[in-house]
Amino acid sequence: MATRQIAGKTVTVNDEGFMTIPAEWTKEIAVEIAKEEGLPELTPTHWKIIEFSRQDAGAAGKSPTLRRITVGANVTTKDLFALFPKGPAKKVARIAGLGKPEGCV
Amino acid sequence: MAYPALVMGWAALGNGIDVTIFFTFWGMDMITKLRQDHLEIAAVGNTSMKMSMMGVNTGNLGIPQWMGSLPGMTAVATALMKSKMAKIHVPPVSEYLQMLVDGGAKLYACKMSVDMMGLKKEDFVDGVIDIVTASDFMDMTDGAQIIFI
Repeated sequence: MATRQIAGKTVTVNDEGFMTIPAEWTKEIAVEIAKEEGLPELTPTHWKIIEFSRQDAGAAGKSPTLRRITVGANVTTKDLFALFPKGPAKKVARIAGLGKPEGCV
Repeated sequence: MAYPALVMGWAALGNGIDVTIFFTFWGMDMITKLRQDHLEIAAVGNTSMKMSMMGVNTGNLGIPQWMGSLPGMTAVATALMKSKMAKIHVPPVSEYLQMLVDGGAKLYACKMSVDMMGLKKEDFVDGVIDIVTASDFMDMTDGAQIIFI
């Protein structure tokens, strides 16, 4: 398992660059990864989605699917795709310090 | 089957890949307002009818072909499919298709199928942008990867 430096912390990542230990995540890390993903600023709605995803992953043991996010965090599909454009599934998971979402919805 | 296109399209959108879907022949019911919520699955000639039935693990046994042709069997297979999908939290076709549209998928109806089935643009759900020919579809997806489902 590789490690990398993000926002002054050393974190464990897998081959695809997803963090593998959710506990290593901090909000500063999220801000840094978001910049890498082309999101210069995280709005309160971005945070609502990130926090829901972390909470859900903590309970379910796996990264939530997009549909689980829209239903659980109460955001529309349109908004989710607008907030995390070009591939929200991986973007949300990466920024939230979680693995790739499992499941097909 | 309606779900494979939805699942593939949704996965593509989630990964940042543009999605354009061209509905033809047996795909038309999926985008037709009056039929979208009444799709059926027939047990006859269907190789995937070997899932566990009503909680009984049937292994390699499925619905026998002769049984699939009995009156009411299509309704039974459809109800079974719907309940199985709901159990794994997969939304109904109409809702799933709307998710794709909201995620940016572009839907088009095939001109030839429309002519053949006597359909009109108004018969289709809102996400359908236009009625186009296969050649138009090739033009708009030039350089993209096309999959037939």
